[in-house]
Amino acid sequence: MSSLKKIFDRDTWDEIFESISKNKTRTIITTIGVFWGIFIYIALAGSATGLENGFDDAFSGLSKNSMGVWAQRTSIPYKGFEEGRQPLFRLNDVDKLKSRIPEIEYISPGLQAGAFSGAPPLVTRGTRSDNFNVFGNFPVYAKISVIKIFDGGRYINEEDIKYERKVAVIGEGTQERLFTEGEDPLGKYIEINNVNFKVVGVTKFSQGSGFGSDSDITIPYTTFAKLYNRGDRYGFMFIAGYDYVNPNYLEETVMSNLKVLKTVSPEDDRAFGSFNIGSLFESIIKFTKGMVFLSLVVGIATIFAGVIGIGNIMLIAVKERTNELGIRRALGATPGEVKVQIVLESVFLTILAGIIGIIVGAFLLFVINIGTSGLEDFPFTNPTVPLAIVFGAFITMVTLGTLIGLIPAERAVSIKPIEALREE
Amino acid sequence: MIEIKNLHKSYEMGSSSLHVLKGIDFSVADGELVAIMGSSGSGKSTLLNILGMLDNSDQGTYDLDKIRIANMDEKKAANYRNKFLGFVFQSFNLINYKNALENVALPLYYQGISRKERQVIALNYLGKVGLKDWSSHLPSELSGGQKQRVAIARALASNPKVLLADEPTGALDSKTSMEVMALIQKINNEGKTILVVTHEQDIAEMCKRIVLLKDGVIVEDKKVKQNIIKNV
Ligand SMILES: Nc1ncnc2c1ncn2[C@@H]1O[C@H](COP(=O)(O)OP(=O)(O)OP(=O)(O)O)[C@@H](O)[C@H]1O
Ligand SMILES: [Mg+2]
Repeated sequence: MSSLKKIFDRDTWDEIFESISKNKTRTIITTIGVFWGIFIYIALAGSATGLENGFDDAFSGLSKNSMGVWAQRTSIPYKGFEEGRQPLFRLNDVDKLKSRIPEIEYISPGLQAGAFSGAPPLVTRGTRSDNFNVFGNFPVYAKISVIKIFDGGRYINEEDIKYERKVAVIGEGTQERLFTEGEDPLGKYIEINNVNFKVVGVTKFSQGSGFGSDSDITIPYTTFAKLYNRGDRYGFMFIAGYDYVNPNYLEETVMSNLKVLKTVSPEDDRAFGSFNIGSLFESIIKFTKGMVFLSLVVGIATIFAGVIGIGNIMLIAVKERTNELGIRRALGATPGEVKVQIVLESVFLTILAGIIGIIVGAFLLFVINIGTSGLEDFPFTNPTVPLAIVFGAFITMVTLGTLIGLIPAERAVSIKPIEALREE
Repeated sequence: MIEIKNLHKSYEMGSSSLHVLKGIDFSVADGELVAIMGSSGSGKSTLLNILGMLDNSDQGTYDLDKIRIANMDEKKAANYRNKFLGFVFQSFNLINYKNALENVALPLYYQGISRKERQVIALNYLGKVGLKDWSSHLPSELSGGQKQRVAIARALASNPKVLLADEPTGALDSKTSMEVMALIQKINNEGKTILVVTHEQDIAEMCKRIVLLKDGVIVEDKKVKQNIIKNV
């Protein structure tokens, strides 16, 4: 029988199972290295994917090429203006910016009380009251940030803006604290700084809806401006570019144009603050990509070390089994058959250890996933390892297992049968 | 059956070399039971190992059943050992993690015989050596005599032309030695050619012919009246 045919022979495998199962200690010690390697690899790679998915989720509510910009204070005197001026935006800047930068799709000016600006106002309903951040927004805000509204409610609309209506969209946290359980807040009134507002919608809080919390209150921009006497000035805006626009380019272009519009020195980097979701996202992606790569390197290295460990122990085992292999050869085992048996034992042990490692690793990821699924602020979702990577690791294991098995196999047949028999 | 001419064998040990077999001429006919005797170090095992194709000679010819055994590669040698030769060793050389039946079946495995058939044949040979009821026992659970009988069953399992036994009773007490020799006589009576290396005169006298080795040559080769063992 040819050596290759032996691989597919059930008897060959019976021999291997026998030799492996009847030498349990050896088998366990041999497999621990590879088991550990593949386990680490799966756990790391899965965690990296979980983080990546988690961050992906966390940012899913914001368009990737959107940015925020706000007025700070100038740091360089320019064209007769002293330094330390706050270059606040005006509503007509929206159209000016849009006409200067055709890449802009939406601009959403925002006013806020609490959050980045002052103390959060007191909001009262009946006997309950608490402080909440209040935002004044246009309907366009909902185009940049994904806002989910519970059934029956709505977001701020153009009519609200036009008639400066006293309506409010509240967060689910606000509802919880101001309304009794089971009470429908829609159509009910809340008092913000002693002014009555009618609740028209309740937002569902999701990780990805930007920087707010679950208890923010949004009222029409115009209502806010009138109530707090802001005129047409505002300090913060969200800007979204069209899908094709590079977010870094958008941020730079907006900044340089704002400097021109607001008469700020081109060198003044402190006059405005800004961020763009794209670059935030990008650095996180880079981080998770780095982690995936790291887990690949660590995993492969550990698997490698594990397989070398198998080879080492197989070498010792071959030495220990010299007499047995001598007996087998006296009984008619050809060198090829002896080699096939040792290589297959090595490959089989590698695969066995690998599969257990994959299963235990997957189980760990499963447990982590369940453990973290309740945690809203821990970005970790669906920690899976791509099948291709598992398959790749598998191929690597089998290849390495074969190559490393060849060494003890060669060693086993390099001596004469009689010398092998003499060994005790 | 066996025909050797002018067989030489030396062991190289560093710079010196030890000439162990110095021109052996020797032939064995079908169905013979030959004892090979000689003092320790006279080259008995060396000769038997060469006959068993476990070792190579340096010079001379060796024909086994009219087939010239010369410069074979290990693969071919393995096949010949498997088909033509059965071995029994002083130290039994059973595989310790295989039970009696599995040990006996092993040479059949290397013949490519199916598992079922192997088990039937192996059990049959275990019956022949009187150990049918011990088939599932590991070597560590058997006495010395039982181990040697398992080894004999294993050597017979592939139905070889020649059985080679190197001091088969060397590790056994005199009573179990008798049992093993009775078994060897029985197998010989069934027609098998057998060579037995031994130190002991009484064991040798249970064979049909005694060959005496001394200083690497055969100094005496005589037919003897076989001492047949009864009622053990
Ligand atoms: N592998 C070897 N390397 C070197 N010398 C060896 C080797 N095998 C045997 N010899 C030597 O060859 C000589 C013959 O050895 P052999 O084993 O054939 O003797 P023997 O007749 O079987 O002895 P015993 O009755 O003690 O078993 C001895 O001197 C021994 O030391
Ligand atoms: Mg000897």
